[in-house]
Amino acid sequence: MAEQIGSLHFRLTKRFGGKTVLDDFALEVRGREFVTFLGPSGCGKSTALNLLAGLIPPSAGEIWLDGTRIDGLPPERRGFGMVFQNYALFPHLTVFQNIAFGLELRGWPRAEIAGRVRQMLDLVQLPGFEDRYPGQLSGGQQQRVAIARALVIQPRLLLLDEPLSNLDAKLRLEMRTEIKRLHADLGLTCIYVTHDQAEALSLSDRVVVMREGRVMQAGTPAEIHDRPQNLFVADFMGYRNFFSLTVTGGDPDGTVVGRAGPLTLAGRGAAPLPPGAAGVAAVRPEDVAVTGEPPGPNVLRGRVRLTEYLGREYDLEVILDSGQTVKARVAQPVAVGSTVGLRLPAERVVILLSEDGGGGIP
Amino acid sequence: MRTEAAAAAAPLAKVRPARRLEGAGPALLVPSALYVLVMFVYPFCYGVYLSLRPGKGEGGLSVANYLAFFLDPWQARTIWVTLSLAVPNTVLTVLLALTVAYVMRRGIWLERTITTLLVLPIALGTVLVAEGINGFYGPKGWLNQLLLMAGLPDPIRLTHNYTGVMIALFVQHFPFCFLMLLGYISGIDPALEHAARVLGARPWDVFRRVLWPLIAPGAAIAFALVFVMNFGVFPSAVLVGQPAGATRTIAIAAYQQAFEHYDMSMASAIAVIMGAGQLVGLIIVLLLRGRLAATGVATMGAGKR
Ligand SMILES: Nc1ncnc2c1ncn2[C@@H]1O[C@H](COP(=O)(O)OP(=O)(O)OP(=O)(O)O)[C@@H](O)[C@H]1O
Ligand SMILES: [Mg+2]
Repeated sequence: MAEQIGSLHFRLTKRFGGKTVLDDFALEVRGREFVTFLGPSGCGKSTALNLLAGLIPPSAGEIWLDGTRIDGLPPERRGFGMVFQNYALFPHLTVFQNIAFGLELRGWPRAEIAGRVRQMLDLVQLPGFEDRYPGQLSGGQQQRVAIARALVIQPRLLLLDEPLSNLDAKLRLEMRTEIKRLHADLGLTCIYVTHDQAEALSLSDRVVVMREGRVMQAGTPAEIHDRPQNLFVADFMGYRNFFSLTVTGGDPDGTVVGRAGPLTLAGRGAAPLPPGAAGVAAVRPEDVAVTGEPPGPNVLRGRVRLTEYLGREYDLEVILDSGQTVKARVAQPVAVGSTVGLRLPAERVVILLSEDGGGGIP
Repeated sequence: MRTEAAAAAAPLAKVRPARRLEGAGPALLVPSALYVLVMFVYPFCYGVYLSLRPGKGEGGLSVANYLAFFLDPWQARTIWVTLSLAVPNTVLTVLLALTVAYVMRRGIWLERTITTLLVLPIALGTVLVAEGINGFYGPKGWLNQLLLMAGLPDPIRLTHNYTGVMIALFVQHFPFCFLMLLGYISGIDPALEHAARVLGARPWDVFRRVLWPLIAPGAAIAFALVFVMNFGVFPSAVLVGQPAGATRTIAIAAYQQAFEHYDMSMASAIAVIMGAGQLVGLIIVLLLRGRLAATGVATMGAGKR
């Protein structure tokens, strides 16, 4: 129903004082796409969103929307919608007036405004809340009003800045589903900001992992999850076990083999890694399995130092002879102090280029 | 920062001592209640009583003093004189302070320096400020010397008249009003302004539809306070005004009765009239503020609810 955009592309740099917060941050977003900016606190996600909305001026760069350059337009002329982290509902206006705000500014006739606001309230499942003030709503309800207020003007692009971060875990899941539903039903183009990887994976068509104002990796949720291209992304996406190694060989199909001290590890190479190159093998705790096999390639032995019961599973901390600890998540309890064999399945191990001074091994 | 710390500390504080303090609440109020009683309520009642006993205290209570005040044009006129200073000055002060505070709401270049300069008059006190005004705006002051050098035939009269008092009142009350409004305005979440802009509001729409309704309650309070201070103007009216004529305010009338005619009773009556004037001003402003709230414009302020 909203006016569809073909594509938005931008290349932006932002400096605050001497500090570069966004460094040549470039991306192309296609119509109807759901793109997420994912990164740790302070990496410049909100800054990027504010630049796109026109709320702060870029230090350098351009924004193009369907062949028109828009970075000179003030925010009120960009036709975007935005949902803020703290919702930013107008406290002196009722729910109805909050949602009607954008329509009034566009000079809609009263009767049409009323109909359209009702429609939006139904859409976000808050019928009958017209006359409440924001102070009389729960966090989740405020959040829905904020979404309705942004959507009612039929924005060409919807920007969402950590809209779920103030909600409790249960409501967060519910609202996540709701945002997904709205995106699909209305054919919206969305840019969503979060530091929660689960949120990013479940909502997005494409995830852009950011670090200190730069794109570390952009790709589908599966790509980001299974094939991180560098240590930073691997660490951010939940890879907890890292082994420094020297590449000894590999296959044309992308498998790379390396030696980490006494261990031989095989895995998928994130990049072409010639023999002799310094690499890092990374694997998630969930992918480490307890095994009875004797030590060999991708099989290690160690002593269980710590177990933690999680309700369904157990987290293990296993200390190897080399002194390195390995984290594993297993279904069966294992006694502390016992010796276990651990298998790191080669298809689950990623081998990354070791970067000096970059991510480092966390 | 402070509020965050306070919020974090609050649950801890609530754990136990709260219960014991609940009973002690009224008892804790006693010292301050006593203070108010002794320092304010008693003198006030005594003043009212004094004003109702004219003629060195013989005879019963009478409103003769009040009649005398209102029937004597020379005295009654002071109300008009005071209002003609207080009202325009309050409007001017609040409007300018509001404008400057609004422009500075997101911080500006050299903000600290500018704020310090603005606060200086508060620290210096009325008399020093009046001296300064005489030195700068007086017939032989810097301003006139400059204007004369620039070719003006005669010095312009800016002191010892209405203008002088207006300048003095403005210099004294602007910083106070400005700081109060700046605190109020900068306390409004900038995201509200951003949200309005993205929804299509131009800067003027943002002011009119979002920020003004949130600022209005604070502006009303600032207006009331400045008005009360202006209505009681005394030192400036004497030092840079024309206390025998154009700026003979009601406070001067009271002072003359007390310390030139030694008629404490009449002086008290005038003081009571002055207080009543301030109260009326305050009530009008608060009623207007209430009406703003009733029409939904200012139901929720930024700082106060
Ligand atoms: N107005 C400003 N002046 C100076 N520095 C700023 C300003 N706004 C943001 N920054 C800095 O820019 C960096 C990025 O800020 P930004 O708000 O974009 O982070 P973010 O990725 O949204 O973080 P979070 O997840 O905590 O919201 C931070 O280091 C921040 O301190
Ligand atoms: Mg942010």
